[in-house]
Amino acid sequence: MRNGPFALAFNALVVAFMLAPLVVVCLVAFTPSDTLQVPWGDYSLRWFRAVFAHGDLVQSFWNSLAVAAMAATLAVLLAVPAGLAIARHQFPGRQALNGLLMSPLIVPHLVLGVAMLRLFALLEVRGSTAWLTLAHVVIVTPYALRLMVAALAGSDASIEQAAQSLGAGRWTVFRRITLPLMLPGITGGWMLAFINSFDEVTMSIFITSPQTVTLPVRMYMIATESIDPMMAAVSALIVALTAAVMLLLDRLYGLDKVLVGQQ
Amino acid sequence: MNRNGLAPYALSAPALALFGLMVLLPLALTAVLSFQPFHHATGVQDGFTLQPYATVLGDSYYWEIFGRTGWVALLSTLICMAIGAPEAYILSRMRAPWRSVFLLVILAPLLVSVVVRAFGWSLVLGPAGFVNQGLEALGIGRVRMLYTPIAVVVALVHVMLPFMVIPVWTSLQKLDPQVENAALSLGASRFTVWRRIVLPQITPGLLSGALIVFALSASALAIPGLLGGRRLKMVATLIYDEYLHELNWPLGAAIALALLVINLVVLLGTTAVLEGRYRRRLG
Repeated sequence: MRNGPFALAFNALVVAFMLAPLVVVCLVAFTPSDTLQVPWGDYSLRWFRAVFAHGDLVQSFWNSLAVAAMAATLAVLLAVPAGLAIARHQFPGRQALNGLLMSPLIVPHLVLGVAMLRLFALLEVRGSTAWLTLAHVVIVTPYALRLMVAALAGSDASIEQAAQSLGAGRWTVFRRITLPLMLPGITGGWMLAFINSFDEVTMSIFITSPQTVTLPVRMYMIATESIDPMMAAVSALIVALTAAVMLLLDRLYGLDKVLVGQQ
Repeated sequence: MNRNGLAPYALSAPALALFGLMVLLPLALTAVLSFQPFHHATGVQDGFTLQPYATVLGDSYYWEIFGRTGWVALLSTLICMAIGAPEAYILSRMRAPWRSVFLLVILAPLLVSVVVRAFGWSLVLGPAGFVNQGLEALGIGRVRMLYTPIAVVVALVHVMLPFMVIPVWTSLQKLDPQVENAALSLGASRFTVWRRIVLPQITPGLLSGALIVFALSASALAIPGLLGGRRLKMVATLIYDEYLHELNWPLGAAIALALLVINLVVLLGTTAVLEGRYRRRLG
């Protein structure tokens, strides 16, 4: 069936609505003036230079990169065995376990943020990168776990039983059969976890300290105080970086599969 | 499915330990905190009090903020439904390359930081932004949108729309186009087909999308923080201020727990009711 002209016009409007703020941000980033204007004719990279000269922003970028890389890696390391337990075993408490590990998708990040702030204050670990990373692991584990379970559910468990009946040990079965079957879930899960950790602002705003501030939190703090085109330049850089990761994710895994979660 | 004793517990133990330490324990600590006395001079005290909850329930200021958060989240949800359901349907009827191209365009902003998107909307809706330039060119004149509910709702719809399109898209994938064709060949109009055939089948997806959108909108912090400004307080920005500006943690904890409970009741309660109804209908 074909879409009528009215449907196509509706689609065009929705697409324009979804892209408008991102396109405008990228255009404004190239303005030569001091105000937030779309440049007509004149272009300048001065606000990009301002970004790289802004010590706090650059530091926050490295903080975010380190936290996101470590959090995504730890989340995958937790999600591989937990995914195996949930997808391949039947045991009392399985639903409860799944519910708990998926709970960061239901409990608002804001509530997790204030709850962890209390824990960090009592343990006196505010300002610790390690604890901030653990908090991010909690937030991104559901994404990794979901792809892990999907990868296992989409593969045939009888292959593993066949290998076992042919004399392969448990470790061999895991290394030669199960792990390769999980590989798409592992790579896709790692990248999705990385992006979600890198973008996280609502929880992090409560538990970062001046030394550990992540990029979105730093941007939030800058944006609430003053708005100049430098914010547009940082935003344009983030949009470009996200687009690059997205293309990679799409090539490796199929972005619609990662986002929609089709099995 | 294996049924060998302790293996699944050993496999999930590391994740379980982390979530016990970082989710269950902090939530329990926050619940305790919300019953502790607080004085502006000395901070959080030991002891037990219902004062934070009495403050929230007894002051119309807090009722107003909860009410405003509720209608902003509800309005965003309704707009997301009105845009997301037809858009997902239109996408599902597109042909091969365009279908995935446009699906990506709709879903991709999901991966861009919400701070970037809120900042983008402040440029589009600001006093000298594009919408106002357009309105001026049309002779309507400038309209104040930034730091009003308009900006917050527009940005929330932008951020939440993918969460509505995804479940509707998933339920549309299960639709059999032959049923629609049969209805058309029997003389039903396009609108009748949409209302009697398509809509009933995507309703579960539409409702689960609506629940997610409502829950996320009601607890969003960065959007009302950046586009609502100081004066347009919502529950999330109120909690932020109590924790990081007023330093009244017990009051902040009480409000945060109220938000969590409302969210869970809406999400889990509605899901249970709907599932029961569908199970009964399917027999």
